[in-house]
Amino acid sequence: MLTILIDGIAYGMLLFVLSVGLSVTMGLMNFVNLAHGAFALVGGYVTALLMNRAGVPFLATLPFAFLIPAALGAVLERTIYKPLYSRSHLDQVLFSIGLVFMTVAATDFLVGSEQQLIQLPTWLQGRFDLGGVAVGRYRLFLIVICALLVVGLQYVLSRTRFGSRLRAAVDDQRVARGLGIDVGTIFAVTFAVGSGLAGLGGALGVELLGMEPTFPLRFMVYFLIVVTIGGTDSLTGPFLAALIIGVADVAGKYYVPQVGAFLIYALMIVILVLRPQGLLARGR
Amino acid sequence: MSAALQTIGLHKCFGGLVATNDVTLTLAHGARHALIGPNGAGKTTFVNQLTGVLAPDAGQVLLGGIDITRLGRTQRVRLGLGRTFQINQLFGDLTPVESIGLAVSERMRGGGDFWRGLGTRRDIAREIAELIERFGLGDVMALPTRDLSYGKQRLLEIAIALAGAPRVLLLDEPAAGVPEAERQDLLDTLGRLPRDVSILLIEHDMDLVFSFADRISVLVNGGLFAEGTVAEIMAHPGVRAVYLGGDEHG
Amino acid sequence: MTATDDRADAPAASIEDRALALLARTRRWHWAEAAFWLGAAASFALLPDSHLLLTEIAILGLFALSLDLILGYAGVVSLGHGAFFGLGAYVAGLTSIHLTAEPLTGLLLAGVAAGLLGALTAPLLLRRATDLTRLMVTLGVAMLLYEAANRMAWLTGGADGLQGVMIDPILGRFEFDLMGRTGYAYSLVVLFVLFLFARRVVTSPFGMSLRAIRGNSLRAATVGVPVGRRIIAIYTMAAVYAGIAGALLTQTTMFVSLDVVAFHRSADVLLVLVLGGIGYLYGGLVGALVFKLLQDGLSAITPQYWQFWIGLILVVLVLIGRDRVPALWRRAVRRGGAGA
Repeated sequence: MLTILIDGIAYGMLLFVLSVGLSVTMGLMNFVNLAHGAFALVGGYVTALLMNRAGVPFLATLPFAFLIPAALGAVLERTIYKPLYSRSHLDQVLFSIGLVFMTVAATDFLVGSEQQLIQLPTWLQGRFDLGGVAVGRYRLFLIVICALLVVGLQYVLSRTRFGSRLRAAVDDQRVARGLGIDVGTIFAVTFAVGSGLAGLGGALGVELLGMEPTFPLRFMVYFLIVVTIGGTDSLTGPFLAALIIGVADVAGKYYVPQVGAFLIYALMIVILVLRPQGLLARGR
Repeated sequence: MSAALQTIGLHKCFGGLVATNDVTLTLAHGARHALIGPNGAGKTTFVNQLTGVLAPDAGQVLLGGIDITRLGRTQRVRLGLGRTFQINQLFGDLTPVESIGLAVSERMRGGGDFWRGLGTRRDIAREIAELIERFGLGDVMALPTRDLSYGKQRLLEIAIALAGAPRVLLLDEPAAGVPEAERQDLLDTLGRLPRDVSILLIEHDMDLVFSFADRISVLVNGGLFAEGTVAEIMAHPGVRAVYLGGDEHG
Repeated sequence: MTATDDRADAPAASIEDRALALLARTRRWHWAEAAFWLGAAASFALLPDSHLLLTEIAILGLFALSLDLILGYAGVVSLGHGAFFGLGAYVAGLTSIHLTAEPLTGLLLAGVAAGLLGALTAPLLLRRATDLTRLMVTLGVAMLLYEAANRMAWLTGGADGLQGVMIDPILGRFEFDLMGRTGYAYSLVVLFVLFLFARRVVTSPFGMSLRAIRGNSLRAATVGVPVGRRIIAIYTMAAVYAGIAGALLTQTTMFVSLDVVAFHRSADVLLVLVLGGIGYLYGGLVGALVFKLLQDGLSAITPQYWQFWIGLILVVLVLIGRDRVPALWRRAVRRGGAGA
């Protein structure tokens, strides 16, 4: 029971790291980016390939799993994403689905369609006993890492100059521009960091979620659910949404396996219909 | 006989801000009534409650004596409450003929007809032609609305509202943004609107108000501040203060 | 404005006649339309070796046409239109196994089932209807259906697919053959009949009100259009069409796999429609033709990586401007047309 809860929390935190970038960019640019998972895929493959082909230790691959997708995100944002901010959601959806399809096929072509497996360092393997509850070491590691990231992000958003500018831009772009804030640069930096975080999430998730070319499609709905349920006003919303989904999904699969992902999709539809601005959005 | 349109004690708050404060207003049959007020006086909020975009917190809206406070937008239109918008709300893809034809066929409850084309409906074409002529849209009737000049679009905006054969018509700043060259055209057309339609004009432009209206209500801070004939309002010291003197008013 | 002033005071009768003519014009058949359907009919006789491919094109065309009804006319975006296609495919398959192998019954039941699902889910698209919530809700419904088909293996065969679909000869006379001759004729006739009906609907006052909703739903409501009801109506009709398209696939291939409800169906049909251009009814058909020919050609080069090319086409299409595509087709069609 508690084990399931902890598994769910670990899963939820991972989902948060994976989707927080999407949440911020959606709030900032109102851009529907279905290709967010592609950056997670890049991160996952960076880690898997570095470990399996170059023998780099797991922890040492993580910075690369962040930096490479971040750089990729920055380049793509400035070149092909930017012209689409002013376009219709339909255009954005078509465009980003196109990117997903390309990523899936290209990964398949370059690396192969098989699942990527990694060997975690021994200190992260197995379970230990915590007051009678069996806790996976890697799960706990995930919770700690993700919690640190959450605290860090919250700090950046609420305490730094960049954070206040970002919040101003999310609130009202025109006003922010009027105040002399370079919204374009904020977009680019945010997009890059969001992509990097997705990549890091992908790397951390190789063990837990699996990593194969169709990863961006398989998790697309989950990212979108986190964002739609959590809303795009703050970090708290997506964070709680990710935790709820993580716990619900793990518990659902454990207790009522025949229902499968039903629960999650049904939950998403209900919330979308009742609270289209997100579960925790400022009420209306 | 009841009034064409009436509000009784209409009240609306947003958080702590009182946007509409106990407004009781009567629009007589065939009236040319103007509702004026400085920016932020609550004119738009008031109109939105008349048309059903917003629900009032308290009070009633009566259309020809019928309580419409709880009715939806479409139902109000069907009962004869038409409106135009301050910012053009048109169908860019449709031509003026189609836009007006749509409004006419919806009024006749024929908008759900998925079988018979409008090309066989001479009765509808006749109504379209009357409005096209009245508003001088003959030369642009076959163009997509988005290709019309701004002034023509303002005229079409009113033509579409009139196609619904409203008994009461709310004109929300009909002259807003119309270039000088097309302005007189618009004013003339407004002056020739059918007398049996009762009109509430929401307007900023005092020239237009004084030339068009026979009665004026002044809205300030969400409440009805003064009401009277054009001459009375022009002479009203408080109104002058509101418009000319800034903050201080009685 | 001055150049046209003299025309403004033309006599009323002439304006009335012109208005009537303008309203009638949308229904008139264009020579290019006749050419299109004559070409389709001719393909049956002239391309006997391509009947299987042509059948796929006709089915995909019908599916894309159904999406055009909601997207191109009412402006309702959907990422889950495959739900109706898949449901229709399964219902047709199950009908043939458990009820009757008579094809028209299967077609009808598939349409009814999909229409019911459409009518039930359409109200979900109305509250606070932004594009984003609509995309998500439609996607969610499609995912739910996929999960259902996957989990209910006792009924659907799950990942193995629905086996044992057998279809009787159409009207008791025309047997489905391996070369797809009957299948193509059947699909083409169904497509044509449904197209005629759709053409009638979109050029009716109802169709005009849909275009008004797409253009400006606020104003549409203000001229008395019951926006919600109209959207539910057209969404239901589009669902019926998609369901029938799915049923055609089942009946002509005699097999249903989980693939019919997969996400890529919904994404592909969007691409097909966008390739052909939205909002003029032929877009889905033209798009299906282009899409299938591309698929045929490209997968001959790199069979596994066809998806890459779809993706690339989507990206490029959006970057260069999607609306230029239908303009291109339409210009080709309108050339020489009346009143252009």
